[in-house]
Amino acid sequence: MIYQFNFRDVFASIDMLLEGALLTLQLSAVTMAWGLAIGVAGALARSWGPPPVRLAATAYVEAIRNTPLLIQLFLVFFGLPSAGIRLDANTAAVVALSVNLGAYATEIIRAGVEAVHKSQIEAGLALGLSRLQVFRYVVLFPALKTIYPALASQFILLMLATSIVSQIAAAELFHMASILQSRTFRDFEVYIVAAAMYLAMALMFRALFALIHRLAFGR
Amino acid sequence: MIREPNALDVLYLIAAGRWTLALTALAFFGGGLMGILVMLLRIAPAAPVRWAAMGWIQAIQGTPLLAQLFVFFFGFAIFGYRVSPWVAAGVAFSIYASAFLAEIWRGCIEAVPRQQWEASAALGLSFPQQLRYVVVPQAFRIAIPPTVGFLVQLVKNTSLASTIGFIELTREGQITTGATFRPFTIYGIVAVLYFCICFPLSQLSQRLERRLHVAR
Repeated sequence: MIYQFNFRDVFASIDMLLEGALLTLQLSAVTMAWGLAIGVAGALARSWGPPPVRLAATAYVEAIRNTPLLIQLFLVFFGLPSAGIRLDANTAAVVALSVNLGAYATEIIRAGVEAVHKSQIEAGLALGLSRLQVFRYVVLFPALKTIYPALASQFILLMLATSIVSQIAAAELFHMASILQSRTFRDFEVYIVAAAMYLAMALMFRALFALIHRLAFGR
Repeated sequence: MIREPNALDVLYLIAAGRWTLALTALAFFGGGLMGILVMLLRIAPAAPVRWAAMGWIQAIQGTPLLAQLFVFFFGFAIFGYRVSPWVAAGVAFSIYASAFLAEIWRGCIEAVPRQQWEASAALGLSFPQQLRYVVVPQAFRIAIPPTVGFLVQLVKNTSLASTIGFIELTREGQITTGATFRPFTIYGIVAVLYFCICFPLSQLSQRLERRLHVAR
């Protein structure tokens, strides 16, 4: 039997997929902002905090980095209600993704923080800045500059990983694709088109991050 | 009927962990073989070959693993092959791993100083000989820590095979949750089991990396 490819049904409902792509971009952007914030705070805690804070930050990073995102998502969405915290699917998705990205971002930014030379920090302290001010004005910017490429590719991996939240029916591209699949029964065509859209978004993000790199750090 | 989770459930979860390990091993083996090929094409002297390899890597690294799994799961069916989740997951994960391993290993090959290539070329070695006798033995040492690191990613990502009905740790967790309705406990145990597999591997990777830096 020769299979007849039929993309007509898929393209007839392309609006649905485009809407899904937009939701994915939105979800990714929100998560990236949270992940960056958590990452900076985590890096500060992990390399500059008092020992108990350091330990807590390390435990957070190791726990997240050594378990699958899918399980983290299930714990937030299905598990937290038994602790009295009930989140809807979209909120649970943002929480799980942010907590996940935050751990990776912490580790990446920490590497940048530790690459800043000790003499810079000492110079900052000698000028009478507080430790927090030194972190904010002396350490953070060069650190972010050093690790920018690693952070950017982690962000792109995150954007691709948002597809996983379709498993709790949070609204994004992959969820839309599975709705479309159940309507058209064009499994292969639907997922190929969805995959192509993810690829386009990944390339777009890469271009965007390169532009930001040029604008923020100059050359 | 909903029942309480018991020790047997934990035992079943641990037993399901071996399918996670088996799928990881399959993906690593298949992905490793394919990865070597893609890596060789990626550094080949002929430009069109390099572009093809680059396209492959871009396509795999730029799409979600979940989409790849579904495309292969349904893709086999449209060509008239009815495949088990084992075949679909094995193929999809091998292809996924091939792109990442190829990039990791290419980085390691390129970390070998340029002069080593030039010196071996000056000695009259051909491209395959340069790789075989001069570059790969040096790159191999550099490659071990990031490869072990990627293995951790692979273990975690096999959890996605649960979505196409492959019974491994995550799927077993879903089944047990369905029977006991204790998601927090069951997924907590599943998370701990993943941690027990991944944490030693990540520690090993870090230690190997530190040792490598000291040695150089």
